[in-house]
Amino acid sequence: MNTQPAVSLEGVTVKYGAHEALRDVSAEFPSGATGLLGPNGAGKSTLIKALLGLLPPASGRMRVLGYDVRESPLAVRARVGYMPEGDAHIPGMTAVSFVSYCGELAGLPRANAMQRAHEVLFYVGLGEARYRNVETYSTGMKQRIKLAQALVHDPDLLLLDEPTNGLDPNGRDEILALVRDIAATKAISLILSSHLLPDVEHACSHVVVLHKGAVATQGPITALKGTSGRLFELRVKGDEAGFADAVRAEGLECHADGGGVLRIFVPEERGSRLLFQLALRHGVQVRHLRASVPSLEDVFARALGEEER
Amino acid sequence: MPIHDQGYRHYTGERTLHGRGWWVIARAGMLERLRERRFLGLLLLAWSLFVVRAVQLYFGETIARAVFFAPSERTFQLFLDQQRLFVFFITIYAGAGLIASDRQSHALQIYLSRPITRNDYIAGKLMTLAIFLVGVTWVPAMLLLVLQVLFSGSLAFVADHPRLVPAITAASALQVALAAVTMVALSSVSASRRFAAILYAAIAIFAGAIAAVLRASTGNAGWVLVSPANTLLVVNDAIFGGSSESAVPLAVAVGVLAAIFAACIVILERRVRAVDVVA
Repeated sequence: MNTQPAVSLEGVTVKYGAHEALRDVSAEFPSGATGLLGPNGAGKSTLIKALLGLLPPASGRMRVLGYDVRESPLAVRARVGYMPEGDAHIPGMTAVSFVSYCGELAGLPRANAMQRAHEVLFYVGLGEARYRNVETYSTGMKQRIKLAQALVHDPDLLLLDEPTNGLDPNGRDEILALVRDIAATKAISLILSSHLLPDVEHACSHVVVLHKGAVATQGPITALKGTSGRLFELRVKGDEAGFADAVRAEGLECHADGGGVLRIFVPEERGSRLLFQLALRHGVQVRHLRASVPSLEDVFARALGEEER
Repeated sequence: MPIHDQGYRHYTGERTLHGRGWWVIARAGMLERLRERRFLGLLLLAWSLFVVRAVQLYFGETIARAVFFAPSERTFQLFLDQQRLFVFFITIYAGAGLIASDRQSHALQIYLSRPITRNDYIAGKLMTLAIFLVGVTWVPAMLLLVLQVLFSGSLAFVADHPRLVPAITAASALQVALAAVTMVALSSVSASRRFAAILYAAIAIFAGAIAAVLRASTGNAGWVLVSPANTLLVVNDAIFGGSSESAVPLAVAVGVLAAIFAACIVILERRVRAVDVVA
């Protein structure tokens, strides 16, 4: 496996006028599938557009597949496939002519681009609908054709901006299966930008979490999930918010999921007994206690929590 | 490829170097228009004057009594002036949606995430329109010249008018460039091709009307420069060696055209971006 990172950023700052959309971002996206996580407005799309050379950074350095983005934006774009977030197509074209046209724009000869268009349309599941006008496609089909146009020139790196937006559960699963297949068996690195944690957890091995334009955390998902302590899911009867504050005052990490469940990280040397003691002290009843496994959601919540602090 | 192989395969074929993106865009744009019967009809109609002029040339060369049909430099200048009507309609038909449609369907990010520059994109869109316009200005004008040579059986007319070919080329180029650059710039202003078309038509029609009213009310011939089309006539007159009826200094007319081109370039520079930044 290639050990060179697909993308590396050093102190990148991108501004929209006076507003800093990315602040001194330094991150590495290794080969393979990397999730780019963050709430809306975190700077994910800005980062992707900066990687494509469409938004020049105010400062910092970006390397994509070994190319400096500022010096060689065309070389970068020749080797990168980009699936934009919103609806995007070229009007008046059938799917096969649209994808073929995108291949030609990426430098493929006309005949080869047409052959590749047929192949990738079959690959993304649009083979039967490839002679239909793109404007007549459903939302799910439009997502697939955006993936097809990003793949047609056989890129080394795919930038997928919210690829499951607007999809029903089945459509979402199918797109994620394709994304997973591309990264796992086609040797194409990808960056999957999403605010949906399960999507990233399903398809990616690494993650970079952005929050308010800065990197909140990054690394392999398994390593980030790992904790020196134990994770408990807890339901209490009584003043839940007050109890959560008391837990935090004790120096423990506590995240409420909004559904009455508190997820609390307890250090190894302090067992679940501590939680009962706190509950007793705070006058709440423990109605449910279960040892749990850290999820990407915990990583995300922890990263954002640390950023807030 | 075996018929059952419908999986993803890596591409091992040729990849051309950057720099031909403009031609890919122009070719696709032209093919899209040429698939429309209405547009083909418009192109054919645009050649109707050519047929009339060709018949005149034939009579002028073959019938002694029809000497008033004999060509001069003015014949070709008039032909290009008369083609302005078709240039106007073709510009609106083929040009209004060039960038507006891409903006409406968010296609700019598809284009500009490829190894092509903004200049490639704009050049491709300009070429799409310019080639059609050349096809109804320079091409028929030059064909008329060829027919004149064929009908007369000698190169005497061309030899007697050595600046005719450069004049036809320069006048056509200016006419085509002005229409194409203005329309493409206006097309980038909006995401609606209809709005772009109305804007272009408004400028073309109302500027002419305003120029006429101002000229009539003030008596100052300089007001013709309010209309880009009239300004072009002044310059074309100079190109063909005529004396401008409006008595407007050529330098001023050239300056006005240069300002229009500059304004269009500024508009394109600001509007053709993959990322819209709303300050």
